[in-house]
Amino acid sequence: MSNRFDVIVIGGGHAGTEAAAAAARLGARTALVTSQIATIGVMSCNPAIGGIGKGHLVREIDALDGLMGRAADMGGIQFRVLNRRKGAAVHGPRAQTDRRLYREAVAGLLRQQSDLTLIEGEVVDLMVTDQRCHGVVLGDGRALSAGAVVLTTGTFLRGVIHIGETQTPAGRHGEQPAVALALRLEALGVRLGRLKTGTPARLDGRTIAWDALARQEGDSEPEPFSSMTEALPNRQIACGITRTTPRMHALIRANIGRAPMYAGAIQGIGPRYCPSIEDKVMRFADRDSHQVFLEPEGLDDATVYPNGISTSLPQDVQSAMVAMMPGLEKARILRFGYAIEYDYVDPRGLSGSLEMKLLPGLFLAGQINGTTGYEEAAGQGLVAGLNAALLAGGQAPVRFERHESYIGVMIDDLVTRGVSEPYRMFTSRAEFRLSLRADNADRRLTAKGMALGCVGAERAAHFGAAEERFGAAMSLLRERQLTPQQAASHGIKINQDGVRRSGFDLLSQPNVDIVRLATIWPELAAIPAALARKIETEAHYAVYLERENENQDRLRRDEALLIPESLNVAAIAGLSNEIRSKVDSIRPRSIGQASRIDGMTPAALSLLAAHVKRLERRAS
Amino acid sequence: MLFFPAPASFTGEDCAEFHVHGSRAVIQRLLAELSQLEGVRLAEPGEFTRRAFENGKIDLLAAEDLADLIDSETELQRRVAMAGQAGRFRNHVAAWRGEMLGLQALVEAQIDFTDEADIPADLSDHLAAAMAALSAKMHASLSDSLRSERLREGYVVALAGPPNVGKSSLLNALARRDVAIVTPVAGTTRDILEVRLDLDGVPVLLRDLAGLRPTRDVVESIGVARARDAMRDADLVLWLQAPDVDMEAPPADIAHKALVVTSKVDLAPVHASGLAVSATTGAGIARLLDALTKRAEAALHFGESTIALNLRQEAALRAGMAALRRAQAAQEIEFLAEELRQAATALHSLIGGIGVEEVLGHIFGRFCIGK
Repeated sequence: MSNRFDVIVIGGGHAGTEAAAAAARLGARTALVTSQIATIGVMSCNPAIGGIGKGHLVREIDALDGLMGRAADMGGIQFRVLNRRKGAAVHGPRAQTDRRLYREAVAGLLRQQSDLTLIEGEVVDLMVTDQRCHGVVLGDGRALSAGAVVLTTGTFLRGVIHIGETQTPAGRHGEQPAVALALRLEALGVRLGRLKTGTPARLDGRTIAWDALARQEGDSEPEPFSSMTEALPNRQIACGITRTTPRMHALIRANIGRAPMYAGAIQGIGPRYCPSIEDKVMRFADRDSHQVFLEPEGLDDATVYPNGISTSLPQDVQSAMVAMMPGLEKARILRFGYAIEYDYVDPRGLSGSLEMKLLPGLFLAGQINGTTGYEEAAGQGLVAGLNAALLAGGQAPVRFERHESYIGVMIDDLVTRGVSEPYRMFTSRAEFRLSLRADNADRRLTAKGMALGCVGAERAAHFGAAEERFGAAMSLLRERQLTPQQAASHGIKINQDGVRRSGFDLLSQPNVDIVRLATIWPELAAIPAALARKIETEAHYAVYLERENENQDRLRRDEALLIPESLNVAAIAGLSNEIRSKVDSIRPRSIGQASRIDGMTPAALSLLAAHVKRLERRAS
Repeated sequence: MLFFPAPASFTGEDCAEFHVHGSRAVIQRLLAELSQLEGVRLAEPGEFTRRAFENGKIDLLAAEDLADLIDSETELQRRVAMAGQAGRFRNHVAAWRGEMLGLQALVEAQIDFTDEADIPADLSDHLAAAMAALSAKMHASLSDSLRSERLREGYVVALAGPPNVGKSSLLNALARRDVAIVTPVAGTTRDILEVRLDLDGVPVLLRDLAGLRPTRDVVESIGVARARDAMRDADLVLWLQAPDVDMEAPPADIAHKALVVTSKVDLAPVHASGLAVSATTGAGIARLLDALTKRAEAALHFGESTIALNLRQEAALRAGMAALRRAQAAQEIEFLAEELRQAATALHSLIGGIGVEEVLGHIFGRFCIGK
């Protein structure tokens, strides 16, 4: 086997697999190095993909021909669109997955990928010369060189598991942490911070009194994530719902001093939106019960994931508290819950391509950048993998912008604002939420992916055909027009202003859909239902999109005003010290990015822009 | 109106300048008319500068000059702040912003955390009431507001009357320095002369107008016309009479704000009631200043809840209120959220600070998020 690659990806989680696949799709000779090939694609925490905001990311990854959407479809055992009763912009496609099927799907997709080699081994060192990364060294002494390296350490970088008073160095339950790599990064001058996350105990489903519990079913017509999935292969299952009880809360309060978070054993910062049960009980003391979802981890796996009671309390407390919930009186714990602390790198040290400014050639993706969640990791993995391949091939990086994708929002948030707790995607982070929808992810990104070369022939053809049908249906709708009077005669009430409305315009009226319009223009009945829904959604948001477009134009203008990398911030007169040091450490690439730095003022931005302009003039 | 075709304008784009009479009423009216036009809005702070940058029209030196200008604006704001107004304005906006944040948090929580928090499913009644309350508060403050330009400009006093009643002499006596050319020849003051007075901390702008008389002199007639405009714009008209000039009553249209003053009392004893002064001897000047101070204080007095706004602040507030109104009318939650975001952005442009992190922080503090 050759020891020379274009791209080496370290880590086989959601960031690493997506990065390796993306690099290989661009034709880069890629190696994925992981300590255990068998754990590639493992879901370390909850057995679910997607959700509100996260589902958007999965759809975008799929639009760029990534793995996650297809794997989730292959492993999915309960599909539900969250927020279904709200507008399409905030729909959150989510699937619970069979843990084994999902892992096998990812591994299978990777095996099918050409130009991709899987290597088992622990990376203990990075090859760095002239402050540039060009390879890795494995624990057995093998040296692998590459044009670019993608590092996705997840919770492994100096990971420590906490259960009660016990602390165990580990990257995941039963797996060794990556300590040598953390020390090496520090020696290279990379500053590492600490974050924390947690996971609940796993239960034996055969010991749960399911009949006593309420159930939550999936959607009656499950919707796949991937536009390439024609039919979902698995049967759909239901979840159980139980609740925490006042007795259990009392038990937790009595033992709170034994929780590592409260005993002061954990320094890392945990996410506020994913609190442990002890946090919920202490912070929301007025509540005497919280919902707990019992999610089966597989079709033929008895393991159950009790969603809502992540904990790091000691084992005896965990055993006692689980038995205090209805239906779990006799439940057996298969594995205890734990908190895990791990190292992360301040993402403000990265460029928009996720390359480290301090160590060119080294890209970071996933939890190492301070994020949490499979989808966030996968989205970054995709971006890092693409850019690593581009760098190795001597090409310019690809950028994902805030106005085109949630992926772009996430990356800009990370590299511009950094993180103060593990970063998770929410739709409220996307200022262009109404146009960045799960339903139009393909239309936003697949063409970009095709131009880049990361979209395979099959998807490209599929997309081309879909676009053609979309275009044909749209022109049909735009050509058909009515005067307000004619519309009224068909029972559609609009302003009698004499302005003709097209079929598309009429769709923005309440209670007007394509089925209704087909009673006026029978040829519209030929538009298939799924396409009709897509177009109705476009029409529904059309009015707001005009306003979003204006803001997007402004954003684009600001993003086009580039700040040279050689900028000497100290030479700019009139900037406050605070702004100066922030600009100096973040090194924004454009005036647009600079404007989003915490504390930036219009006057400081003007000075910065003026300085940049003068530099340009001098250069030319 | 001057038209500057691109690229030879300040911004490098097509520009037009309106050169208008400097009276507040005229400018207000022009802005009101222009803002009726589709696509016309006030420039954002620094927008012309920004466009000039974008088009490569200005360099660092120009930008530094502009930075000075920006500073001088804050210097004016500082003066307003010393009158206790900027702080009060900030407090008002901060309070609205707090309420807006609460509204956004409620709405965003219903969008982003429906499946994982015990967030009440239907908050529409509560939301509607809270939005209506906030809207009413903003509306009340705006209608009770005072334009800060007014505060900067001061209380405007016009010195008017027939030619040669001693307006300019009185102006000089009040200002204690020679600012107007004072000659005994009638019609000397053809344009408007201004003097700023600080009367016990109250800013007063004294404007010396041309004598009002029918004239064939073209230049003088322009001065007379301006004088009439200036009288209409003034808060107070000091209408001068003199023993050696034919008595004339103040014009009817300004009579309600005229204060009749008899000047040149050194020439002849005055029997008329009211104020009598002599610019030459200084007699009565102190009494006159006293009267002016009292009136200016009364006119510029702020109520407990009054806020002073500049044009941009007022425009931002109005934009925020309009977005809030649209939010109240929104039928679907993502549109409601979008309008609230617009409303918050408007407040943000005034005092900074509603980012998504703040909204999320509010949500996490208030609701127990996480399955």
